[in-house]
This record gives sequence, C-alpha cells and structure tokens, in this order.
Amino acid sequence: MQNEECRMQNAKSGEWQVMRIALKQHSVLPGFGVSLGYTMTYLSLVVLVPLAALFARSASAGWGRFWAAICDPRVVASYRLTFGAALLAALINAVFGLIIAWSLVRYRFPGRRILDALVDLPFALPTAVSGIALTAIYAQGGWLGRWLEPLGIKVAFTPLGVLVALTFIGLPFVVRTVQPALEDLEKEMEEAAASLGAGRWQTLRRVILPALFPALLTGFSLALARAIGEYGSVIFIAGNMPMKSEITSLLIITKLEQYDYAGAAAIAVVMLLASFGLLFGVNALQWWVNRRQRVGA
Amino acid sequence: MSTHDTIRATTAGLLAAAVAFTSPSLAGGQQKLLNVSYDPTREFYAEFNKAFAEQWKQKTGDAVTVQQSHGGSGKQARSVIDGLEADVVTLALAYDIDAIAAKSGLLPAEWQQRLPNNSSPYTSTIVFLVRKGNPKGTRDWDDLIKPGVEVITPNPKTSGGARWNYLAAWAYVLKRELGDLSKVGNPAFEQETAAAQRRAQEFVAALFQRVPVLDSGARGSTTTFAQRGIGDVFLSWENEAFLAINELGKDKFEIVVPSISILAEPPVALVDKFADKHGTRAAATAYLEFLYSPVGQRLAAKHYFRPSRPEFADAADVKRFVKVELVTIGQVFGGWKEAQRTHFDDGGVFDQIYKPK
Repeated sequence: MQNEECRMQNAKSGEWQVMRIALKQHSVLPGFGVSLGYTMTYLSLVVLVPLAALFARSASAGWGRFWAAICDPRVVASYRLTFGAALLAALINAVFGLIIAWSLVRYRFPGRRILDALVDLPFALPTAVSGIALTAIYAQGGWLGRWLEPLGIKVAFTPLGVLVALTFIGLPFVVRTVQPALEDLEKEMEEAAASLGAGRWQTLRRVILPALFPALLTGFSLALARAIGEYGSVIFIAGNMPMKSEITSLLIITKLEQYDYAGAAAIAVVMLLASFGLLFGVNALQWWVNRRQRVGA
Repeated sequence: MSTHDTIRATTAGLLAAAVAFTSPSLAGGQQKLLNVSYDPTREFYAEFNKAFAEQWKQKTGDAVTVQQSHGGSGKQARSVIDGLEADVVTLALAYDIDAIAAKSGLLPAEWQQRLPNNSSPYTSTIVFLVRKGNPKGTRDWDDLIKPGVEVITPNPKTSGGARWNYLAAWAYVLKRELGDLSKVGNPAFEQETAAAQRRAQEFVAALFQRVPVLDSGARGSTTTFAQRGIGDVFLSWENEAFLAINELGKDKFEIVVPSISILAEPPVALVDKFADKHGTRAAATAYLEFLYSPVGQRLAAKHYFRPSRPEFADAADVKRFVKVELVTIGQVFGGWKEAQRTHFDDGGVFDQIYKPK
C-alpha cells in the first residue's frame, strides 16, 4: 500500500518536472523561437493546409450527402477490408519484422548485408510494380498460385491478396525501426539476466521485449499507416469486386471519375479521422508503456 | 577531404540533381502542343504527331512538337479541369469533354458541333477477344452468360471502355427483345420497351456476375486476360483487341465480332482557353483537322480505329474491320449525359448489380 502511494507521488512529481521545463522554455540550446516558428510554418504548408482543404471540400456537400456518401454499404464494406487488412498486415509485420531484425543484428552469416539491403526493396519499388509482380506470382497459373490453387487457396483477386500486398509494403517499416533499438540493446544485459538466474524465455519476455517494445510499436504504427493509405500495389491484386475486395482508396478514385469531388472528400475525411484515431491510440499506448516502464524502474 | 566537406559536397550534389531533374527543359523558338488523350491511342498518336509536325513544317516553316499524355479518359478530363494546360483533348467519350466544358468553361458547351461527325475523326466498337480456337464457342452476347464462361471487363465506374461494353450488351438485349431499336423512345411501344429494358438489366447483371476481376482501366484488363490467362472472353475496344493479338501472339487469341455492337465515337476538341493562352490556336486547330485528312485517316485505320472516311485508308487496313450492326448511344440511351445518370452514377443501375440482397 505504501509502496503504491509512493509510486504515484513519484509519477506526479515527474510529471510536474516535465511541465515546468516545457513552460519555462529554458534550454541550453539556442534558437528555440526560430526553429519552432519554422516547424509550424513548414508543417502548416506541407500538412495542415492540404488537410484543411480536404475538410472544406467535404463540407461543401452538406450534411445529408456527406452522411449518405460515407454510410453507403459498399463504402462500409471497403472500410472493413481496408482497416482489417491493414491491421492484420501490420501485426504480421510486427512479428516477422522483429524476427528478421533480430537475425540481421544478432547473427553474423554470409549474405547478411545483401539480405539487409533486400529489406528496403519494398520501399524503393514503385508500388504499381510490386502490385503487378505480386499478381503475376499469385494469380492462377503464376509461380505460387499454381501450387496454391489445388489446395483451394486463392490469393490474387481476393481479400487475401490485399493482405499479401499490404504485408509486403509494410515490412521495411518494422525492421528498420526495430534494428537500431536492437543494436543499442547491449548483450551484457542479457548476460546479466542469465547470471541472475533468468531462463531464456524469461530474458526474452522480461528484458528484451520491454526494451524493444517502443520501437516495435513505432514500426507497427508506421506499417499500419502506410497500409491504410496504400493504393498502387493493392489495386492490381485485389480484383476490385464491389462489396468483396474493394479498398477505400479505390472508391475515392471511383467518386472522382464521376466528378463527385465532395463525395470523394467525404470518404477521405473518414479515412483521415480513422487513421488519426488509430495512430493516436498507438501513441497513447506507447506513452503509457513508457511511463509504466519508467515508474517501474 | 574532411567529413564536413564530404557532407557539403554530397548535399550540393543532391540539390543540383534534384533541380536538374525537376526543371523543364528550355527549348526556345518552337511551338508546343499538348494533346491529352486516353489509353489505347498511344501508338496511333505517336505516329500521327510525327506526320503532323512534318506537314506543319512544310506548310508554315515552323517547327511544332506535340506532347502526349495518356491515361484513363475520366482521369485525364479531371486533370484538364484541375489545370493541366492541354491545347487539345482526344478522349474516349463525349461525356468527359462535356464535363470539361461544364465544370471549367475552358471550351464552349457546343464543342461537339465544331468538327465533322460529332467531332469524332475515327470510331471504334466493342468486340470479343477469345482464346485460340474459341474453346467455349462464343459467337454472340448470349454465349457470355452460358454456364462456365468467365468474362473480363474493366470497371464501368472507372473506365470509359467498360461503359461502352456495358451499353453494347444492353443494346443487344433491346434489339433481341424488340426486333427494331427504333421502338425505343416511341410512346406507342412504351410497355414493350419497358419490358425489354428489364430483360436488359437482368442480362447485364448476369453478365457482370461472371466477371472475376474488375480492373480499373482497359489496359489493366488486357493484362489480366492476355498475360495472367484469366477468363474466357474479354470485352475489348476493337483496337485493343487487335493490339493484343499483334503484341502478344497471333497463335493465342482470336477476335469474335458479335451480331450487334455499339458505335464508340471517341471525340476530339480544341481547349480554347489554354490554346489562346499559349498562342497555339492555329496549330492546334490544324492538328485536329489533320486527323480528318487522308494522312490522318490512313494512320487511324493502320492503328485499328475505324476511319470516318474509309476511302482515304489502305484497302487492306479497312478489310480487317468486320461489318457489324452498330447502334449509337443517342439512338438507344438518349446520349451520354442520360446514360451516365441512369446507369453509372452512384445508385444507378450498375450499382444495383452489386447491391447485397
């Protein structure tokens, strides 16, 4: 009980300190005003102005049409696919990206550098190229599709194909954010844990994973954000069947083809808010984890 | 070299490269035209532009270069509305140029009357591309909804060509049910026509149930059918079908011409405001008129567009076009605006096909 209270107080005083620093704005580094002004201007020009224009455009439709555009069953089906597949893909990437980063950082083996460079390929490849390549491989009669088809697994032109494409493009985000964190994680910590009697599983769960978690979470949210916004690669492999394999970005394009700018902006606003909500949630989780770790230590 | 110098040199190098790659090349003293077109005209305009530049040089002594932009017809129209400074547009449907006129006022609303044949120097139609030997025995529209047949078409919501596909299928059923398409719009046959329209809707719905992939554009569908090997019948622009056969193998595909199809009139127009701004009105007008000239007509036929003046084209080229009954969009659907509103806009007939039941 006492311990608990003590902890709370600690946390509170920690918070106070942070706030005091932020309010007083005293820093040994000069140029705070200039750099803050620059940051605000730059962010406004590059990010805020276009987003504001988007909101203004969607408002031009009026509430009734806005609501009708975003609640259409076809659009709702596309939200489910887009966000569902993006979340799943980001989760898959978090698991396998961590394993890849681990192998690349912790082990020395021939070809490691080449593998390391390969991880960036989904970044560099034009998304349309990845989409076409994946479709060619997974289509019936393609290299992999040929073997999957007799098993009754269809990848290309199904929601599964969307998942494959999103996993492909999201992988580098996790690997590249986890790698530096892993490199910073000194081997001595594991050795210390082992010498204090921790088993391998305990070391992994109690020492390594907590230290990596913030980086992993960042990688996860980057992969998620990218997957939600992805268009180029998905469009080739999805098959684009209404209600089944249409992603939300495609519906935005479809609206634009009909010169329905307001409807397109309305759907875009929903995506924007949902993405913002998701990223906000991830950040809040990260903040909470950080705090708990600091307090716990 | 210290690290500092290296960083400075690298930064300078990157900046220089960025500037060099992004700034437009500065060629002086010659006119430039920008022709904003749709996807399947790529090969045709590549050759036509050269011929025009030569002819213009002979006639006026001025050099002119024509730049091309290709893409889905609707997307291209939107780019022009949003400020892509095209001197001329050559798109897949009149509806898209109507949209430019209505939304931006860059050209007058009656643009389509300014050039012969509804401003369409060449026409095309929709045909079936099937695999060699026609294993499913596809002869006409009815065969498309036989059991076990898969049909490839792009999405009518995003592709101009797919809208022609859809309307051609619709027109076929009207003709089958009514026997004579002149009954459409005639009050004396109102009930009969209404029944036929219902049958047409059922047919088109059944047809789209057999489409396993809806690509967003015509070229994407060509790839799906020809290279991925998906589907039995590909509903295609006539010129795309010929191109697929020539590029991807005469021994793999053949063309089937149905009993009735639609007359696709891809129109061309001068974008007055941009041409005047660039001072290219004379050249741009001559460019469009050159499409109707013997040279333009010959090249159109060479690239598988049906010429409006076949007498100017090579007889061998013209012979490739099978004679087929072609209905126009005005005749059956009351023009593009009407067709778009009834069939393709959100909540229209096409959307009903995919409504969950």
